[in-house]
Amino acid sequence: MRQTLAALCIGGILGAGLAVSQMMNPAKVISFLDFFGDWDPTLAFVLLGAVLAAVPGFWLARTRPKPILGEAFAVPTRRDIDKPLILGAILFGVGWGLVGFCPGPAIAALTTGLSGVMVFFAAMTAGMMAFQLFPLK
Amino acid sequence: MDSFTPLSGLIGGLLIGGAASLFVLLNGRVAGISGIYGGLLAPTALDWHWRVAFILGIAIGPVLVGLLGGGPAAIVIDASWPTLVVGGLLVGYGARLGSGCTSGHGVCGMARGSPRSLIATMTFFSTAALTVFFMRHIWS
Repeated sequence: MRQTLAALCIGGILGAGLAVSQMMNPAKVISFLDFFGDWDPTLAFVLLGAVLAAVPGFWLARTRPKPILGEAFAVPTRRDIDKPLILGAILFGVGWGLVGFCPGPAIAALTTGLSGVMVFFAAMTAGMMAFQLFPLK
Repeated sequence: MDSFTPLSGLIGGLLIGGAASLFVLLNGRVAGISGIYGGLLAPTALDWHWRVAFILGIAIGPVLVGLLGGGPAAIVIDASWPTLVVGGLLVGYGARLGSGCTSGHGVCGMARGSPRSLIATMTFFSTAALTVFFMRHIWS
């Protein structure tokens, strides 16, 4: 129960960050990715701020035996670079570049009710389900 | 370049990263959105409570920003419907195959110094930029 409430509030902070940073605006994202157009470097500041603020959390987590509201940490431990990682990142990048939405911003934009958001969100969900049915390895 | 907004970008970024810090300290997990949402689509998802709550939070956050004076968030989508479908499929499938997206690899993975996330982040930023270059400067 406490973990669920924490997830709701933390998701809210994350969603607020996506709105404030304009990361949830596909046009803004595309103009960052368009190095040879009218380049807008804003997204670099978003990523910089996000990584800087996430470092202390992961650093502190290493000094604790377990999370404050849970029994054990569930942080990924793999370090190998394998084919699914690279292929997945390539496909993800192409889709991200085509539209300008990645999963967080697409979810954050749902309440706008825009048909484009709905279409992308439905297709993204279908893509995730397709992976469960046909996981390339 | 008048669209360059470094300050709101940095503040928004700090909120995103701060949320990731809180999430690992409180719930012990990586705030990777494709993993959290994708986990809900598995037929055997027993831990759906916090996943649904997290996704709901992400959807509500921008509404709160709007109510608190930020105004409604600007969303400009240039992609056509077929492009939205192809892009959505690729983002969904690719994020699951590659074990993460912008939040999981780009923010959390980079912050915890994961070599997998560094490679994934460099890869998807590169292919995204190449895709935009192709779509904006070659195709059209």
